[in-house]
Amino acid sequence: MNMDTILTHSPALIIAVPLLGAFLTPLISRINDKLRNVFVILTVGLTGFLVSLLSYDVLINGKIHTYVFGSQDIGSPVVRILFEVDGMNAFMIIIGAILVFVAVVYSWAFMKENTGLDKYYTLILLMAAGMFGMMLTGDMFNFFVFLEITSISSCALIAFWTNKGKAVEAGFKYIVISTIGALFILFAIAILYGQYNALNMAVLANSIQSPMTFLDKTALVLLIAGLAMKAGIVPMHMWLPDAYGRAPASVTLILVGTTQASLYALFRMVFTVYGNSLSLDAEPLRQIGEVDITLNGLLGVIIVLLAIITIIVGVLMALKQSDFKRTIAFAAVAEIGYMFLAVGAGLWAIGTTHGMMALKGGIFHIINDALDVGLLFLVAGAIYYATKETSLNKMGGLARNMKYTTIFFLIGLLAVSGMPPMNGFASKLLIYESTYLINPILAIVAILCSILLLAVFVKVFHSAFLGPKIPRFNDVKEVPKSMLIAMGLLACVIIFFGLFPDLIVNNIVDPAANALANNSNYISQIIGGP
Amino acid sequence: MITWESFLETFETGSGFWNPLIWITAIVIAFLVVYILRGYGKKEYKEKTEQIKAFLSGNPEYEKEKMHIKGSNVYWGFTESLKWIYKALEKMHTGNVSDYILWFVVIMGILFILVGVI
Repeated sequence: MNMDTILTHSPALIIAVPLLGAFLTPLISRINDKLRNVFVILTVGLTGFLVSLLSYDVLINGKIHTYVFGSQDIGSPVVRILFEVDGMNAFMIIIGAILVFVAVVYSWAFMKENTGLDKYYTLILLMAAGMFGMMLTGDMFNFFVFLEITSISSCALIAFWTNKGKAVEAGFKYIVISTIGALFILFAIAILYGQYNALNMAVLANSIQSPMTFLDKTALVLLIAGLAMKAGIVPMHMWLPDAYGRAPASVTLILVGTTQASLYALFRMVFTVYGNSLSLDAEPLRQIGEVDITLNGLLGVIIVLLAIITIIVGVLMALKQSDFKRTIAFAAVAEIGYMFLAVGAGLWAIGTTHGMMALKGGIFHIINDALDVGLLFLVAGAIYYATKETSLNKMGGLARNMKYTTIFFLIGLLAVSGMPPMNGFASKLLIYESTYLINPILAIVAILCSILLLAVFVKVFHSAFLGPKIPRFNDVKEVPKSMLIAMGLLACVIIFFGLFPDLIVNNIVDPAANALANNSNYISQIIGGP
Repeated sequence: MITWESFLETFETGSGFWNPLIWITAIVIAFLVVYILRGYGKKEYKEKTEQIKAFLSGNPEYEKEKMHIKGSNVYWGFTESLKWIYKALEKMHTGNVSDYILWFVVIMGILFILVGVI
């Protein structure tokens, strides 16, 4: 088997490897715990290798990969699932691979004292398979299936610490929210299938033309509402602090990835599946007086409004929290708002240079947010591991005992607040500049909230790490090496992205933004055409 | 193909630019200047003397745990002045899953009116 064969089958293998690994983990667990841990790390390492192979080919060589499960003949009326990997998919699986690998390395020591780790690792791998599936599939129903796989495994992992009642409650809330969101997504898929007799995203994108039918609009509303809830957009975000706050830190890290997979799906539906109705020459939805109400303008305004509310509510709530993880969770809500703001602005000003710049800023911020917020959650987990404490009111002076963890927190703090020279600065700079050109008020709100976000984490830093040495924490030691390595890995990627933003934007972000902005390549890859 | 030169390129944002390497060089130079200036300061600090004790206007020093400002007390003035917003936000965050669904239905309804009906 040569590299070309591996590359050809990589879209399927990226799902198959963690899926197979998930079912083998309980068996290997019976032999030896260390062997199981090594096996899981190797499994996610192999998945990461496949992701890098595929992403390199898509992002650097500019190819679009398709992988067909079932009949190869597009015209035949048989059951068939199709994966299509363009720049945006490749971008997303890179995020997924980094998060899963780091989470598994972190888990080695972090979860060591827990029982039921065979189930834990099985669920982690299932969650990874589901997340990669959501990011790779080009089939609507298949997307729903992967969404459900991710939701069920996430729910079990959020409630993993069953001895803590609140974790079980958070798991319950998560599954209720996920199921209802997914049901509405399924309803939308059924509407589209009923109309066009197709489930493939490219075929649907080609079929949905301007002017849209009433059913097209209904399906779009259901998809946006369902996926926005899964992505944690205010006011549908309330499950997120509960779930992020109660899950083990390693699980929270992957949850960040699954939330972003939902955000990706939202962008894919709007820009690709409904892409033909967004183009500048598409017919307006309605004319009110002299003003044409276009779909891109209307959706852009709605998304920007939701984003601004998300940023403000997220950051204000974060400022009020006294629990370490809930503070980061609300900050994560605000960060999702930034991505949403940029993509909404890109939609609003579609076809212009600053519209494209906003889209790039939003996409760049997706990966930056995953790394920055992910690192902060791992630090919160490290503090909990060392002190068994989550309340900021009871912490203090930990920098004296946990030097490396403190440095990692500082890196995460600067990055998430958009301070130079960290990665968050470059993406937020793009967002501020492009939104300013669309409407200065948007940029002003975004900058002010970013300053508040810095204030939030300065508070956390002061409360947990600074101040006199508290006698209760005299015996607290630095966390084990595997946790430090995991946090160090994320910190290194953050610094690398921060130091070379041009390299990252040109090679990873640009292809993703171009893939979103231009759906004709995605469509022509499946059904032919120019 | 990624070249070595591409690592050093300046990031163009459309109207502006950003080069972290230049920024870091400037910061390092600034730190060096500060460090040199610091060297001219008085060297009167003596370890293991009364100098290391916290001076609280002549009042006795509290226990270590009481000295530290707790997380909830930081930005007290800010949260107090925005009490009206926080009251509304806390009312919204009930922790009840039925309310979470209610918000979902409300947003879906608004979207339906805006996109579906228009």
